[in-house]
Amino acid sequence: MAQKRVLMKGNEVIAEAALRAGCRNYFGYPITPQTEVMHYMAKKMVQIGGNFVQAESEVSAINMVYGAAAAGARVLTSSSSPGISLKQEGISYIAGAELPAVVVNIVRAGPGLGGIQPAQGDYFQATKGGGHGDYRNIVIAPASVQELYELTVEAFNLADKYRMLVMILGDGTLGQMMEPVAFRDVEPIEVYDKPWACTGRGDRKEHNTITSIYIDPDTLEVKNRELQDKYALVTANEVRYEAFGLEDAEIVITAFSTCSRISKNVIRQAAELGIKVGMIRPITLWPFPSQIISETAAKSNVKAFLDVELNAGQMVEDVRLAVNGQKPVYFHGRMGGNLPTQKEILDKIIEIHNGGNN
Amino acid sequence: MAIVFQPTEGLTKKPLHYCPGCNHGIIHRIIAETLVEMGLLDDAIGVASVGCTYNSYEYFSCDFVQAAHGRAPAVATGIKRTHKDKVVFTYQGDGDLASIGTAEIIHAAARGEKICAFFVNNAVYGMTSGQMAPTTLLGQVTTTSPFGRDASYQGYPINVSELISNLTGAVYVERVCVTDYKNIMNAKKAIRKAFECQLSGKGFAFVEFLSTCPTNWGKEPVEAMDWLKEKMIPQYPLGCFKGADVDFTKADENEEVKS
Repeated sequence: MAQKRVLMKGNEVIAEAALRAGCRNYFGYPITPQTEVMHYMAKKMVQIGGNFVQAESEVSAINMVYGAAAAGARVLTSSSSPGISLKQEGISYIAGAELPAVVVNIVRAGPGLGGIQPAQGDYFQATKGGGHGDYRNIVIAPASVQELYELTVEAFNLADKYRMLVMILGDGTLGQMMEPVAFRDVEPIEVYDKPWACTGRGDRKEHNTITSIYIDPDTLEVKNRELQDKYALVTANEVRYEAFGLEDAEIVITAFSTCSRISKNVIRQAAELGIKVGMIRPITLWPFPSQIISETAAKSNVKAFLDVELNAGQMVEDVRLAVNGQKPVYFHGRMGGNLPTQKEILDKIIEIHNGGNN
Repeated sequence: MAIVFQPTEGLTKKPLHYCPGCNHGIIHRIIAETLVEMGLLDDAIGVASVGCTYNSYEYFSCDFVQAAHGRAPAVATGIKRTHKDKVVFTYQGDGDLASIGTAEIIHAAARGEKICAFFVNNAVYGMTSGQMAPTTLLGQVTTTSPFGRDASYQGYPINVSELISNLTGAVYVERVCVTDYKNIMNAKKAIRKAFECQLSGKGFAFVEFLSTCPTNWGKEPVEAMDWLKEKMIPQYPLGCFKGADVDFTKADENEEVKS
């Protein structure tokens, strides 16, 4: 039987997905263009007896997340670029204390107050750190409203599984667009024991503590190595991407989220011109799908890569590291909240096909 | 032989790292004792802050979460909203609570969060070696007010208890000190009342402890106690600013009517 589909806005689907994943704690602060997540939670979370708190700042919101996660709860906050910058202190502490939490960034154009239109300029911040210290977050980039649902549910599972922060990196387009979504059954919700959580000592003999401070350098280095071992495990197990047309592609587009959707249409147009274009769409931005990109670069049919982003060229650095000089990597990006047109991308493909210039 | 004094099970056996003459040891002890006496130790979750007490979770034997600088009331909010049946308290210094964490403490109080904030005011940054705090007295010499705090240049001390008591969500606010037996017993009563306030579900409870910092004040421990009494109390008068007449252990009449 066909699954019933409903027409919903991306931001609302994130909130609904969180509720269906068993999240009963939301802490946030208003900012465009993610505010619908908050509106949805303000109503639904309260109706089902969960916790919704409009915090006094993004700084407070992420620290409420820290507290609820330390107490063993599934917890969500959402924001957009300037607000995510404010959350970075808490994100670093969450990484240091190894707490599971889900943070949504519906990216808008920057830097500074920037604009409220879609952008991908927070790729570096999301995947390379953002806050202080050696840490990683799992970063997931959905490309449709349906994926927002499925990957948000998955984000909660990954967060609990690895005791890590998982960031959903969307953009203004994805958050604001309405698409049909099927709330495929995610029951039973994956439940993880959290014997480390601060729930009150109860019958436990020892008290639990959640902390990220280790004054002794040797103790801290052991902790650092444990974190790195965990990140290596995540890298080995959790890389996700979508790839197609690689078997005979002359040019391979790398693009995530909104840019991948625009690029997909271009691939059909290029085929009509006799240019074979394939695509690798990273779904996890960290861990990054380096291996498939590296293997694809080694294929004889592949002549070049074209990376398309809503920024000045951020993910392209990871693509170039993976390609490692085997083939040229071209870039096309738009900024300021603008999206590339299909024609812009097609022109770039034709240019590369005709010998290209970097 | 009768036991007249012994360690409290509310504290671990780890020796305290605080300087001689510092009041944190006394304040830790009376909070821990109160938790034990009220039967709350197994239900308590503390939130440590940043400063000299960053690792107070090693001394208290209840569950404890260490928070970023100033953020303890937000962290406590997340914990309390998750576990409404537990007793949640923060332990914060003056730099933490009255400077970098002003937004968090004001809004936790304004929301009427059902938590207790224990605020230790020693008029100086201790951990980072004696810088001027928001609560540093006028004329007081610190490493960042080496000529004495000058109101025209560095502004005025913040009286946090008075400020908090203006917020409707804060239902119990008291300032105490622990300079002698009488004051210690009075401080302990305030701690008990703060926990009773939280258990009553009526709102936010705040206890400010005036405290010494002999190391950064450059004083002997006994001399520091005298300085606290002579200099700090005139700026920060002791007493209950809110909830003095309320017995939080008794449901109020309106609630009785409703039930």
